[in-house]
Amino acid sequence: MSKTTTTNTTTKRRRGTPATRSEARGAYLFILPALILMVMFLVIPVLMSFTLGFTNARLGAATSPEFVGFTNFLRALRDDPTFWDALRNIMVFVLVVVPLQGGLALVLALLINQKLRGITAFRVLFFMPVVTSMVVVAMLWKFMYQREGLINSLFGFDVDWLNDPSTALPSVIVMSVWQGVGFHMIIWLAGLQTIGQELYEAASIDGANRWQQFREVTLPGLRPTFVFIFITITISAFSLFTQIDVMTSGGPSNATTTLVYHIIQMGSGRGDVGYASALSLIFFMIVLTVTLIQRALTKDED
Amino acid sequence: MTQLQNPAPVAATTKPLGKPVRVRPRGRGGVLSYLPLVILALSFALPLLFMIASSFKPREQILGDLTSWRAFVPVGDLSMTNYVDVFDRVPVGRFFVNSLFVTAMIVLLGLLVNSMAGFALARLQFRGKNVLFAGIIATLIVPFETFAIPMVYWVSNLPRVALYSDGFAIEQGWNNSYQVLIIPFIANAFSIFLFAQYYKSIPKSLDEAALIDGAGWWRIYRSVVSPLAGPAFATSAILTFLPQWNSYLWPLLVIQDEELRPVQVGMRYFFATGTAEGTPWGQIMAYTTMITIPVIVVFLCFQRAFVSSIASSGVKG
Repeated sequence: MSKTTTTNTTTKRRRGTPATRSEARGAYLFILPALILMVMFLVIPVLMSFTLGFTNARLGAATSPEFVGFTNFLRALRDDPTFWDALRNIMVFVLVVVPLQGGLALVLALLINQKLRGITAFRVLFFMPVVTSMVVVAMLWKFMYQREGLINSLFGFDVDWLNDPSTALPSVIVMSVWQGVGFHMIIWLAGLQTIGQELYEAASIDGANRWQQFREVTLPGLRPTFVFIFITITISAFSLFTQIDVMTSGGPSNATTTLVYHIIQMGSGRGDVGYASALSLIFFMIVLTVTLIQRALTKDED
Repeated sequence: MTQLQNPAPVAATTKPLGKPVRVRPRGRGGVLSYLPLVILALSFALPLLFMIASSFKPREQILGDLTSWRAFVPVGDLSMTNYVDVFDRVPVGRFFVNSLFVTAMIVLLGLLVNSMAGFALARLQFRGKNVLFAGIIATLIVPFETFAIPMVYWVSNLPRVALYSDGFAIEQGWNNSYQVLIIPFIANAFSIFLFAQYYKSIPKSLDEAALIDGAGWWRIYRSVVSPLAGPAFATSAILTFLPQWNSYLWPLLVIQDEELRPVQVGMRYFFATGTAEGTPWGQIMAYTTMITIPVIVVFLCFQRAFVSSIASSGVKG
């Protein structure tokens, strides 16, 4: 990297002195590898999702893609019932998983934050599914959900959880929350620990009971954590794919298909990159809109 | 869900979470406080114990044990048969090496590339810095799934250098290579952000002193500030390692050759092959146990670092 010769560092540098120029040159060299990689594998593919959706591009096609206007978008909205099934399923998934996982994670964090002997062991146990890969967890639960499986035997049910359209999506939801809740527990816990002990002491001097302390001290103190968890769970819930691919392949009769699963089926399974890109763009716009609404809703008091 | 990808940039601290600050006044104590904890602990631990126990049992015994506590403990007719069968049916050792190699490369190259970028953004002055930093942060809200298919199309049209015993050739398409699994995931906006935050917290006077001594920026990065940024390197390594080892969608899309498959995708194919007498659940549990135990062991060894890394991804610092 560039060597700096000047020792003038205390006074404010003007643009264009040898020192600043060499500093800027050094900075560009430092940042260049990351920048090239991000442009190649993030910026360009994202921009391509905007253009490919308007073409008939196919994987492995000999001819170059042609512009087809809004054909792909109209096909999604008018002629593709699976798209609407996928949209409905992912909305249900997001609306159930976000409050369920976020809320349960807060309960776990409050339990873990107690002054009890051996509490670290519980924290480790609650976190264990998070370090287990989603493919493994999905496979394990697929086994447990079998008609002759652990869940039916243990609780005395006789339900074909993953093959019944009315129970398939709820089964995926339960398993997803089980896997992910430990992650958000840790985030809540970190948020809890930023709240100063003196606030609780002041509240208890004022005669606040534990419930009042929770409402008046804990909940307001957790606001930044809440915003973070709310937005990140939503984004990752929208991206639901692995569980579906491993456990149900979108079935039975589209009861568990999701937008990402449908995109991958069209783009990779059938090689229809143009249509899959149009679906990706619709998906991207939905996620972006929801995220912006969430930001707007949670911003006013910050 | 895989929440480890792209944690949003609220801010980062690397505050260790090891000793929890006791927020609540002392609880009632006694057995009653443990009751909800134990119930929850069982619900998290039992499925994993069931997986491990089943991996050592023959088919009939797995089914026979389902109605009792025996499902969760390795008792009865135990053997390594399921494991041996997995190795007979698929090159799982090869899958393992693939995952290990790809993950290690992404972590190591990522530490270098992202820390360099974070260093420049935190400690050097240059035009366009703030715009660039904001741009990098903005990419964090874009889920990978939204551009996975355009990315497949893009990399399948990129040229690559193919090496042969008698020279090399330029070929089209990155599919079915290690590079397609590694190179796109080296640069990581969240890691850059993490490094920039950490480097900012190291006093600037160190750079000034080193400059007076005639050191260049590379020396300052390498020998002056990076040795002080150990926690940032550890956090970045952990937050990269886990999602990469567990990576599924991308290799599923770009790897068709069996010998390049990582463990997670190999699992999917192993399941799909099946056997004459139906789904071989014992073998599948042996496979999942094999690829899970190493991660759990690493996690248990560095439990505190794992937890504080995750925590640092979400706390306002």
